Amino acid sequence: MAGLRFPQVSTRLNRTDILGSFKARWGAARMSYSIAPGLYAVGRPAAASPVLVSANYKMSFDRLRKTLSGLDLWILVIDTKGINVWCAAGRGTFGTEELVGRIAQVGLGDVVTGRTLILPQLGAPGVAAHDVLRRSGFNVVYGPVRAVDIPEFLRAGQKATPSMRAVRFNLWDRLILTPMELAGFLKPALLILGILFVMTLIRGGPAPVWVLLGRTAASFIPFLGAILAGAFLTPVLLPFIPGRALAWKGWLLGLAGTALYLQLTASWQERKTVLLYLLLLPVISSFLAMNFTGATTFTSLSGVVKEMKIALPLQIVSAGLGTLVLILTLGAAL
Amino acid sequence: MRQSYLKNVVTLNLDSEKCIGCGRCLEVCPHNVFVLGSGKAELRDRDACMECGACARNCPEEAVTVRAGVGCAYAIAIGLLRGTEPSCGE
Repeated sequence: MAGLRFPQVSTRLNRTDILGSFKARWGAARMSYSIAPGLYAVGRPAAASPVLVSANYKMSFDRLRKTLSGLDLWILVIDTKGINVWCAAGRGTFGTEELVGRIAQVGLGDVVTGRTLILPQLGAPGVAAHDVLRRSGFNVVYGPVRAVDIPEFLRAGQKATPSMRAVRFNLWDRLILTPMELAGFLKPALLILGILFVMTLIRGGPAPVWVLLGRTAASFIPFLGAILAGAFLTPVLLPFIPGRALAWKGWLLGLAGTALYLQLTASWQERKTVLLYLLLLPVISSFLAMNFTGATTFTSLSGVVKEMKIALPLQIVSAGLGTLVLILTLGAAL
Repeated sequence: MRQSYLKNVVTLNLDSEKCIGCGRCLEVCPHNVFVLGSGKAELRDRDACMECGACARNCPEEAVTVRAGVGCAYAIAIGLLRGTEPSCGE
């Protein structure tokens, strides 16, 4: 059996795999979550079995092998520095050069008799199929976008249906990405908390620490709301929010949240508070929502550049004016 | 539900003169931008393009061109600060 010379891959994920995946979703040890490049065997592959190509990001590899139960085939894992297929293709590490080199390094031509490689379709931005053929003799077939469609793709004689070719961005796809967005705002949120605590100190005068902490927490609520509106609610509700630019969508939700907060706390009469919150809160949501462009499956570079050229100056002006009002308010309180 | 982004901004171009109708661009496009009509590729929905560059990279005749890159605000900001192309940071 040719397969026994190469590491055998299980098609079941164990607890460690699932925990590792969960941690990576939150950004913990995400950049070192990788496996060794090389040729792997699934089931009992023979010389004529199909060859799938994958990245060495462990979460990608786990997603792939989980779907392959009952199949006999090869997986050629190429070195993408632990980055997923799509992002690695974008920067060229999932690319022609690495693929051609890895084919030679594992001696793929001596292991298999077929001369076809099945690549994930999302690897296509980095790989020139005609160059791979010219340089290695292997013909590239782009398989489905999602690993879960691979068994069906193989059964159909390596033919992908239009739905297998299309990138989706449904509710679950968006939801699963939000922890990364929230984790990214942890440090700035702590900074805001620090500033609010200092402000409470200045305003409140001498009081027990727990009272001061309580007031700080209460004053953080609208900011927490703005963060959640931009980094969680905007991604989740994305297709239902009017408009096209993400910065706009985030600003809109942030504005709605601010209005709701002012209404619930009956503070429409306090003009300085209203002004402060309207200048600071929606802009936080807007900025966070704009950052979600990096996670979407449909925003183009040219589009994001255009959006940022308009949104970023407005965000800076709004945040600057908000900070000015804040300082003036503090000055008046002293 | 197909989600649409800004209109008339993408840099995607298709030179019909060079196209040989091999259909690779249809195979690799994640947003179904191309169709094959009368032996040549045609743009079906240009605004749906996300400029991933898969079509251009895999076109053996270099008939498709696009300024490919990551449509990511964070990467663009990093690029602006460093005076380089958009980069995810490493």
